[in-house]
Amino acid sequence: MPLTALADWTLNMREGATPISQEIYSMHMVTLWVVTIIGILVFAVMFWSIFHHRKSRGAKAAKFSHSTTVEIIWTIIPTAIIIALAIPATKLLIKMDDTSESAITIKATGSQWKWKYDYLDGVGEGITIYSNLDDKSKEVGQRDSGLDPMEYENYLMDVDEPIVLPVGTKIRILTTAQDVIHAWWVPDLGWKRDAIPGFINDNWAVIEKPGTYRGKCAEICGAGHGYMPIVVKAVSMDDYTAWVDEKIIAQEASKNTSDIVLTMEELMTKGQQVYKAQCLVCHQANGEGMKGAFPAIAGSSVAIEADNRLRHVHQIIFGKGLMPAFGEQLSDVDIASVVTFTRNNWGNNTGDIIQAKEVSEARNKPNVITAGDSSKGKIDSLAKAK
Amino acid sequence: MSTLAHDDHHDHKPTGFKRWFFSTNHKDIGTLYLIFALTMFFVGGAMAMIIRAELFQPGLQFVDPQFYNSMVTVHALIMIFGAVMPAGVGLANWMIPLMIGAPDMALPRMNNMSFWILPFAFALLISTLFMEGGGPAGGWTMYPPLVLQTGNAFPFLIFAVHFLGISSIMGAINIIATVFNMRAPGMTLMQMPLFVWTWVITSFLLIASLPVLAGGVTMLLTDKYFGTSFFDAAGGGDPVLFQHIFWFFGHPEVYILALPAFGIVSQIIPAFSRKPLFGYASMVYATASIAILSFFVWAHHMFTVGLPIKAELFFMYATMLIAVPTGVKVFNWIATMWRGSMTFETPMLFAVAFVILFTIGGFSGLMLGITPVDFQYHDTYFVVAHFHYVLLTGAIFALMAAAYYWLPKWTGNMYDERLGKIHFWLSLISSNVLFFPQHFLGLAGMPRRIPDYGIQFADFNMISSIGGFAYGITQLLFVYIVIKCALGGKRARARSWEGAKGLEWEVPSPAPFHTFETPPKLTKKVLESLY
Repeated sequence: MPLTALADWTLNMREGATPISQEIYSMHMVTLWVVTIIGILVFAVMFWSIFHHRKSRGAKAAKFSHSTTVEIIWTIIPTAIIIALAIPATKLLIKMDDTSESAITIKATGSQWKWKYDYLDGVGEGITIYSNLDDKSKEVGQRDSGLDPMEYENYLMDVDEPIVLPVGTKIRILTTAQDVIHAWWVPDLGWKRDAIPGFINDNWAVIEKPGTYRGKCAEICGAGHGYMPIVVKAVSMDDYTAWVDEKIIAQEASKNTSDIVLTMEELMTKGQQVYKAQCLVCHQANGEGMKGAFPAIAGSSVAIEADNRLRHVHQIIFGKGLMPAFGEQLSDVDIASVVTFTRNNWGNNTGDIIQAKEVSEARNKPNVITAGDSSKGKIDSLAKAK
Repeated sequence: MSTLAHDDHHDHKPTGFKRWFFSTNHKDIGTLYLIFALTMFFVGGAMAMIIRAELFQPGLQFVDPQFYNSMVTVHALIMIFGAVMPAGVGLANWMIPLMIGAPDMALPRMNNMSFWILPFAFALLISTLFMEGGGPAGGWTMYPPLVLQTGNAFPFLIFAVHFLGISSIMGAINIIATVFNMRAPGMTLMQMPLFVWTWVITSFLLIASLPVLAGGVTMLLTDKYFGTSFFDAAGGGDPVLFQHIFWFFGHPEVYILALPAFGIVSQIIPAFSRKPLFGYASMVYATASIAILSFFVWAHHMFTVGLPIKAELFFMYATMLIAVPTGVKVFNWIATMWRGSMTFETPMLFAVAFVILFTIGGFSGLMLGITPVDFQYHDTYFVVAHFHYVLLTGAIFALMAAAYYWLPKWTGNMYDERLGKIHFWLSLISSNVLFFPQHFLGLAGMPRRIPDYGIQFADFNMISSIGGFAYGITQLLFVYIVIKCALGGKRARARSWEGAKGLEWEVPSPAPFHTFETPPKLTKKVLESLY
């Protein structure tokens, strides 16, 4: 067992990194002490009685069966304790509810099974980040991977791209979801909030110390529920602005990839990376999927037949059924390489090479998957009408 | 007082298939319920063993995440609807007529039907695990939109829930009809044993809450198959609406599981303290207040959905308020023990453990009720620890206590006291090894319903799993004790326990097939000797 694990016999809640999380911690400690003391007193009386009022010690049973005085006392005292706890709790709740005057607003959108972050307001506006479970955890976490998670410190607690936030700034964090309900939770920020499709919740945090803060999705959201961690990197305002500048340049560059032409080998390597990051949780490392839940890609007609080439690309761009749409998240070259990869792996030996240009053109063609499917159109028009 | 029990002359009964399938006898139906509940306890328990095996170490060793989720989901549904509730109804069937001096339940044919629905409902539910796409895997709370992703299992799940609801409602109607109409002449409501009271109140909770669940799951069904959008935001619906509906049922449901346990413990503690129950009237009022309050606290299960602050405050205050009547009950039990002449046979051991461990579950419940702090606790293992304290070391310990307490009455034999005590101590230790560390896991940040976890949670999960396996194996001992007791043993007297009071102890052990065909005459003097 590595030392990191031994160091982690954590018994208590974390104090966290924000003023609110510390107040929550104090409230937790107060309540914990109150119930512990009540428990000790009540159980002490009980055990005293168990010890002394037993037949084997010759105890004779008394006959009393009520006493209005004590009954009033033990109704009033708990009521008073509860009121004493409710007052600070009310104040804290009111403070937590106030999201006004925040300097930066970000939106966390949960989907099966990753987080998307949009920087909506303040420094960094326009940045979009997709946070997936890191590759190493995915590899180790496969059933029968033969790898020992205990040797990997941040197992299931790391992402491929963390969000970066400045310290000492009031940050408003909106949560919503694309498909099912998720919950965004970083314990060090002191709260969790459900991410609900069609609704937007808000909360806020002022992170005091720079550092890396980790959390997880906290609402069951399907098979990948345990596999959508959250990582927040808190840095100084200077480092943050530097990161923002860099990120925006990189983001612009990745938008226009339709002219890139890669060799088969390059496409396969890149495709494998994209597959690991985006597809593996459902379709599995062997491309077999999970029976009944996620279809196999290996041997699938969509990924083999030449006629289905456009369908294959469209399925990734627009999604299908449970499969989310990746068109917005993945660049042309990403989609081209993952399509090439899946059409030339696990015995799908089509020899097809898909270039970014083909994907870029496919984006402008009508969706072949929903063509002729009226129910989908109805839902779209309903959504528009709203 | 044995003059009350003169009805064992005509102890004729049908045999075989006819006896058990067509039974209208409250004792036989009670037995069926209890055997069924015990069977489901082991089916649900086997699922818990799969869960704890998978969580023994980080990494995926035994099952896929999807199957893991369906184990979590079906374990909960089976334990709640298949084990704890039927066990409670079984006890009610067996004991309420005996306790109030009635010859049978008021509606014996319906009684048969409400039992025989259950095996079919659970056959439906369990069959879903073998269907294409697997069993329901969105949690027993069935939140949309996730639950709508269920494959072929979905309509079976909804249908099974409807069946369970119908069965419970019929059971509840029967209990209310029996208690209000068939009490022995001279027994007023405020003279009924507390177990009967808790079941009357539980029955009202069932009748008031289960139709709401039925409505909610029907809306799920139409959302999935008939194009409605009750819970679909894209069609103008609201996924959170389901949670409100579900927990309007779900919170009273928690007390449906707990109140009969309160009743059991209120019978057993006086018996083994050889002293009347302290504060009988306040016990009745506290039970009723808990039941009424249970309809005003549902949203404390949903503090993180983004309720308006006024709602969060209201539900926080209402939730904290429940601590008062619950505290009154605990104090009353301790005051009953105080200056008694106590002995500690197995029923008493389980009852005392119930008081302590249920109270610990109540403490974590109070902590969970404080909204701002609940934002940290919600949906973590702290919650898992909390509800297993109130349901396993709470409700199930009380049911075990009840089984030991009334086994002599049911079988006519005393169970093996030495084995009973071993069963108790092993259960006590293993259940605490199982659930206490889960508090730490939750506080350290482990969410519930995950098949795999980061290595910082490894140690406590391993300890918890070891406790889980030990608890599971220990329960096999219980089955052995029950079978041994049913087959033979020291003959039980009519009053099997020295301090036991109440009409059920006035009839012979085992209780004859028909009892109280002529109602017992309860003069004031007789009643005084009974309580």
